[in-house]
Amino acid sequence: MPSERPIKLTIAALGGQGGGVLANWLIGIAESEGYIAQTTSVPGVAQRTGATIYYLEFFPQAAATAAGRDPIMALMPVSGDVDCVLASELAEAGRAIQRGLVTRDRTTLIASSHRSYSISEKSAMGDGAADENQLIELVGSQSKRLILFDMEALAEQHQSVISSVMLGALGGSGVLPFRKAAFEAAIKKGGIAVKTNLAAFEDAYQRAFTGGDGGRATQAEAAATGELSEVPTQARSPKLQPLLDRVRRFAVPVQKTALEGVRRAIDYQDPAYAALYLDRVEKVAALDAKQDGGSDGQWSLTEAAARGLALWMTFEDTIRVADLKTRPARFVRVRAEIRADAGQLFGITEFMKPRVVEMAGTLPAGLGRWVLRSPGASSFLTRFTGGRHVRTGTVSGFLMLHILGGMKRWRRGTLRYQEENGRIEQWLGRIAGLAGTNYALAVELARAQRLVKGYGETHERGWRNFSTLVEKVDELAVRPDGAALFARLVAAALADEEGKALARELAELSSLAVVKVALERARA
Amino acid sequence: MAERSFAKEVQSLRLGDGAEFRGEGILAVTKALLQSGVAYVGGYQGAPISHLMDVLADAEEILNELGVHFETSASEATAAAMLAASINYPIRGAVTWKSTVGTNVASDALANLASSGVRGGALIILGEDYGEGASIMQERTHAFAMKSQMWLLDPRPHLPDIVRAVETGFELSEATNTPVMLMLRIRACHVYGRFTTKANRRPAFAAADALAAPSRDYSRIILPPSTYAQEKEKIEKRLPAALRFVAEQQLNDFIPGEVDDIGIVLQGGLYNNTLRALELLDCADTFGTTKIPLYCLNVTYPLVPQEWVKFCSGKRAVLIVEEGQPEFIEQAANQILRKHDVPARLLGKDVLPMTGEYSVDVLRRGLAEFIGRWAPQLRATQPAAPAREIVETPLVPAARLAALIPARPSGLCTGCPERPFFAAMKLLQREIGPLHISADIGCHSFATLPPFNMGNSIMGYGLGAAGAAALGTEGGRRAVAVMGDGGFWHNGLTSGIGNAVFNRHDDLTVIVDNGYSAATGGQDIPSSRAPNEHRAGNNTIENAVKGVGVKWVKRTHTFDMQGTLKVLREALSTGFRGPKVIIAEGECQLNRQRRVKPLMKKAIKDGKRVVRERFGVDAETCTGDHSCIRLSGCPSLTVRKNPDPLRTDPVAYVDNSCVGCGVCGEVAHAAVLCPSFYRAELVYNPSGWDRFLSRVRGAIIGALQQRSERKRLQYAL
Repeated sequence: MPSERPIKLTIAALGGQGGGVLANWLIGIAESEGYIAQTTSVPGVAQRTGATIYYLEFFPQAAATAAGRDPIMALMPVSGDVDCVLASELAEAGRAIQRGLVTRDRTTLIASSHRSYSISEKSAMGDGAADENQLIELVGSQSKRLILFDMEALAEQHQSVISSVMLGALGGSGVLPFRKAAFEAAIKKGGIAVKTNLAAFEDAYQRAFTGGDGGRATQAEAAATGELSEVPTQARSPKLQPLLDRVRRFAVPVQKTALEGVRRAIDYQDPAYAALYLDRVEKVAALDAKQDGGSDGQWSLTEAAARGLALWMTFEDTIRVADLKTRPARFVRVRAEIRADAGQLFGITEFMKPRVVEMAGTLPAGLGRWVLRSPGASSFLTRFTGGRHVRTGTVSGFLMLHILGGMKRWRRGTLRYQEENGRIEQWLGRIAGLAGTNYALAVELARAQRLVKGYGETHERGWRNFSTLVEKVDELAVRPDGAALFARLVAAALADEEGKALARELAELSSLAVVKVALERARA
Repeated sequence: MAERSFAKEVQSLRLGDGAEFRGEGILAVTKALLQSGVAYVGGYQGAPISHLMDVLADAEEILNELGVHFETSASEATAAAMLAASINYPIRGAVTWKSTVGTNVASDALANLASSGVRGGALIILGEDYGEGASIMQERTHAFAMKSQMWLLDPRPHLPDIVRAVETGFELSEATNTPVMLMLRIRACHVYGRFTTKANRRPAFAAADALAAPSRDYSRIILPPSTYAQEKEKIEKRLPAALRFVAEQQLNDFIPGEVDDIGIVLQGGLYNNTLRALELLDCADTFGTTKIPLYCLNVTYPLVPQEWVKFCSGKRAVLIVEEGQPEFIEQAANQILRKHDVPARLLGKDVLPMTGEYSVDVLRRGLAEFIGRWAPQLRATQPAAPAREIVETPLVPAARLAALIPARPSGLCTGCPERPFFAAMKLLQREIGPLHISADIGCHSFATLPPFNMGNSIMGYGLGAAGAAALGTEGGRRAVAVMGDGGFWHNGLTSGIGNAVFNRHDDLTVIVDNGYSAATGGQDIPSSRAPNEHRAGNNTIENAVKGVGVKWVKRTHTFDMQGTLKVLREALSTGFRGPKVIIAEGECQLNRQRRVKPLMKKAIKDGKRVVRERFGVDAETCTGDHSCIRLSGCPSLTVRKNPDPLRTDPVAYVDNSCVGCGVCGEVAHAAVLCPSFYRAELVYNPSGWDRFLSRVRGAIIGALQQRSERKRLQYAL
């Protein structure tokens, strides 16, 4: 029974992003353009940061008048029957696809390419974020037409809100038969932040008009951060040329990492420390050379060791933290991050909570050990533990951190240094032992350094897990699937804080061992 | 003050005859009440009818002009009991709440009201919280209508129909001396639409009239022998009167079709979605012209047997579109047709699912099956029409989509004062092991979700403490109950705290006092401290708790995590026997920001010195373990790509929505997390002294920094 059908629009947003405001704007626009409009939503608890959907239908008043009846409008989107989906975030665009709301025969998908991470993504102990490139590929493949760009960045650029940008993108897409002036009138009528909202609207309108960037800015941004720099031929400080030459003697796949390691060791301590770093990497490289840089010739072992070693050798002790917190570059970064206006005054307060262990760690090794052994000394130091609010912008606060950071010249004598140094040597020893017998497992062990990170209890848990895994190395070394099993254990150690997944994997491993032993006995 | 202000919208409540009202469904209900000459209104907030309460609260002035009494009731039971005024007097009253949870609470009063019967129209407006977006267990209001003999209206989700249902609801109530329930599904409550208004009516009979000449009739009291007579009256008088009224006033719709051997009976509330499903199957057009005859039940209880006989006679098959379970209508219809020897085959839950919301997708599938089986020719007549029911298969398999797209559960808002409390509870359990936690309804229910994952059961609003009763007296580790201030005043004071005192519990109840009924939209409650010219707040929870006999009461501010941890440890280890109550205070951040933000903006604009705090994370020292996020879950504390090329794990990052609540610093301290967090204090309109200090500090710090930089620059690679 063919008759004119309503235009259907779904807004997929997050609670608090102004989806309701946007829906109201659209109602006003549609009515001013001679359309009957309906909107519904299920706000409820989803308003509190969850995913939420607004659904709108528009129908020409003239057609209703001609028919002498009002159209019957549905209260929810139907899969395969949505003309436009407007998503305020990349994963929400994906969710709309998952719900069947975006189809290639009719749906224009207008979405922001930025990510707002869900709690499961951001609370993972490692990297729990959904794959951005896969998401972009998904949203690009499912719609009739795609308009994708970073709407949040645009909103920020205009000091506006994402709902204004979304409105502009919708207007510019031409999906709705409404004039641009009607869109602008809705913003003006709202009466709030009209100037900035209109600017954001206009910019978004133009971008959508030209089709957006397909998420390229987001992808570029993702790829740009954390890129290792190229290896120069000349050191900027001539004194460092010998170190640079040593870096350049490594196989190509190792050079960039080793360079970063050297830079970091110098920044952390001094050139001599960087030389120690290179000594260690060279030892691994020598072993790797015997294996021709691994079966794929990628020098994976050396690369992994160089990376892990760079991080481990620059462990975050109190001296390092104080050093980093007092640098001028940090002050500049904070200013940008907190969006201080040009020239605006601001103070910085640090939250430090040194424990006796950390204090003892900063003391000369002998003294530190004595403190930890002596209940009297420990309890004396307890007086100085507890939450400290250090105001780095004040002279006294800065001086305190500055002096602490300056203590790096004595670092090699500290308890913490000696402990970490011992652990590093042990780890490298293990890697060396494995390199010839089970190369793949040696690589995994080198990569496992990432388990040891953080501060306080987090660091202790990481070290505990690392130690547990290292204990399994001998058992795994004789197995052809040893490396894969080890990688599984590492993943399990990063699965949850309570160590449940790791315990499960370990139990499985030992039961496998039992079965194996039983099988061998039976065979015998 | 509620989260959303309707100060502007309430002006449309003044519209007179023939004007056009535009707005949300629930606002239309409010206007319809005033058009119907309602004399008193009460209720308890909760999605999806919170806005009805908020609108009424914002319309206090208009209500006063009309002489309408409005109460924010203490609970749904209070609201239902309020309808007692309509038992003895010809006075119209309406109450509202979230169903079925609220109806459960109200049932005692409702059952007695229904037994007594009413003289004045009594309307109960229910937000049926069923299906997507519902926040409660899934049940039907229908059962309450049947068990107590109240009539149930289920109008089409279309403003003129909703308004008509309110008006005829009062008439039906008065014509049958029976309270009437009007149910609105979630989307109907929030649907935007239009209707033509009538002028508001002052109530014909006011409270003062009742008080001037009190009327008493023992036959209306629910004690024997009246109760026996009342039961008889319900069946012998009120029910037949209702059947007559519904039929005579044509409250249900018969919509003819092209064929007459099959038909569809549907609940009014499902009309729009069913019509869309039919349209997608080429069996209806946009304006509701349908090939299959429809019988639309705008009154779903009682069912009118003659209407069913009329509709089903001569039909081979009739499909009943009835959402939820049990399938009361289908059962009753089968009985009606059997008794009247109507042979039509009834279908319902065999082609449509027994459980869950009837979305258009679900209806389309069920209707396609029904039509395919009984009248395939209806769809075959137009082969040219596009086969709209065929849903394109996504290019990506469902399993991969599920793995790729992260779930996004609700959580506590940015700056929520409950966050540090639950973080403290998490740390406490790390110290002393897992606890049995009896949770409650409110924002704090979100603590059952990631990242907190705590709470063993939820028994209902204000029933957190009661839910721990069976575990309350055991020795050993103590049970912990959590209750919000909203739940506390709703009933928790008596059902939980009083009960614990009387039964000598030895457990701990934590009352989270955020100052409002926050989860329902920030409405005021008896302990609210914010000024409210229409209500008497500032009744402290501490006094109430002490008043019912609790001897061990401590207060803590949630943002003082160390203090909270200390008092929690104490409550769980003290030798004191008896119920322990901790009142964890911290104002709802949504309400706080609404109050504070404009003031701050104004102060900055006026040139006053203002310090705004916010938090940040030093990416250089953050190692990407995210312990902080697992202890907080703040929406503004998120992650971003690690700028360090050697690390792959993303670093923590505080985005610009941070309100500087302080929880990041507290968590970092209490959990001995990491030194990466910093608090920035942005100074607006600095004083001369500020500038002077800044110059001095800048000079000294700058000099020191330059010296260090020079040293570092010796070694550039």
